Amino acid sequence: MVLRLALLGMGAVGRGIIQAALEKDLGLIITAVADSRSGCIDPNGLNLPELLDRKDKTGMCGDTGISAETIVKTAPYDILVEMTPTDARSGEPATSYIRDALQRGSHVVTSNKGPVALHYHELASLAKKNHLQFRFEATVAGAIPILQTLIHNLGGNEILSLYGVLNGTCNYILTRMAEEGLTYKQALDEARTLGYAEADPTYDVKGIDAAIKLVILANTVWKKNICLDDVDVTGIDLLTEEALRLAEQQDATIRLIGEIIPGDNIYRLCPRIIPKDHPLVVQGSLNAIIVRTDLAGDLLFVGKGAGSRETASAVIGDILSIRDIHAGGN
Amino acid sequence: MQVSMKLELRDSPGQLVAALMPISDMGGNIKTVIHEHEHASGQGDLSVEVVIEIPPELLDGLISRLRERGINVLKLGEERMSYSQSVILIGHLVHTDLGDTIDRIDQTGFAEVTYMSLAMPAINERTSAQFVIKSLTREHMQQALLILRQVARQKEFLLIEPLEF
Repeated sequence: MVLRLALLGMGAVGRGIIQAALEKDLGLIITAVADSRSGCIDPNGLNLPELLDRKDKTGMCGDTGISAETIVKTAPYDILVEMTPTDARSGEPATSYIRDALQRGSHVVTSNKGPVALHYHELASLAKKNHLQFRFEATVAGAIPILQTLIHNLGGNEILSLYGVLNGTCNYILTRMAEEGLTYKQALDEARTLGYAEADPTYDVKGIDAAIKLVILANTVWKKNICLDDVDVTGIDLLTEEALRLAEQQDATIRLIGEIIPGDNIYRLCPRIIPKDHPLVVQGSLNAIIVRTDLAGDLLFVGKGAGSRETASAVIGDILSIRDIHAGGN
Repeated sequence: MQVSMKLELRDSPGQLVAALMPISDMGGNIKTVIHEHEHASGQGDLSVEVVIEIPPELLDGLISRLRERGINVLKLGEERMSYSQSVILIGHLVHTDLGDTIDRIDQTGFAEVTYMSLAMPAINERTSAQFVIKSLTREHMQQALLILRQVARQKEFLLIEPLEF
């Protein structure tokens, strides 16, 4: 069975999917692609090298007359792969695309945190009502398959608490401040130069990105109904290099840690003093998560939290698991 | 605060209860009771060690009440702030009354700031400070951290707490 994908978004993640589809025999064809300004549709599968070439040369993937909305509503596809930029406050236009695809009878995979953080319960029940899958593994911790693991593989467990390093940009900045004695500003500028931080890093360094991931975890793993305002958020932008030195004196360092203790309704993201040999002290832009469960005990996950291929890995994992479910396999 | 007391009482029925009653009546929390039959000081006397948690201002009253009941307080142990945590505060710590910040913890009676290390890079720049806080119990530490969070919010400090896992 060949699965037909419609991709919305041709940024790093979208390109990662297209590259993987070219390199590997995944049994996927891409029948439609939209970027922010254009779109293209071919029911038999788009020519992917031509598509990448066109995007590189013109900055557009197709025809300005074809919008993302047109693709969602009219193109032939089995799975909508929604990878447009996150709008943390409205979740739009991604949420509308997802809703429309589910109403049309298509599965949806997204890497977009906005719709999941804001509308998970609505979208999940719409998918369930229509006997469809709605997957979003890439929204939390990039390549680490944390959501499927917590929701399905640890299904019989009570998950008592979760602690995690969920933002690679912040972890990179804190690693460099600790290791090289850089000031916050120097480390941030370095992260920008290396492409780890956006030109406007507010979303990362103020903790908003990581806090949204806590919202997604709380709502999808524990079926809570919280929003960003329910998370107690402190970023790293006010940290001083002296604070890192003070931590160093006690063989510790400072990391931005997300914390969920569902039994106590604790949802927190803030810099914490943490022993240097603690498993959550990972280097550079890595992510790390520890969960405490009643049956499985403590589990540690470490991996790349961002990047084109890494995030594509999570999206492709979702796509193939939908295929397996519907092929009656495992 | 946490206090250990060695009590001497007559080895007859009801005496131990008579000794423990005033403690709980006054709101003290009895952590442990250790019998010392083998070290009985004389005929029919019994020595008992108790570890209690009690607000410091009530301790003298408790000792008087025990003595009124014929119970001899042989030894009074010092309070034991056995639980220790380190936090870092960043902000204009000195100009927002550092003494008051410390007092807010110290005046609880169950926790105190026992060590402080300050880094002041330049005038008008924010100070970073490490506080070591000691408390009687883990629960008291949680309460002390809650107080510190309120202070931090009020005085616009960044409070960095330890991760306990």
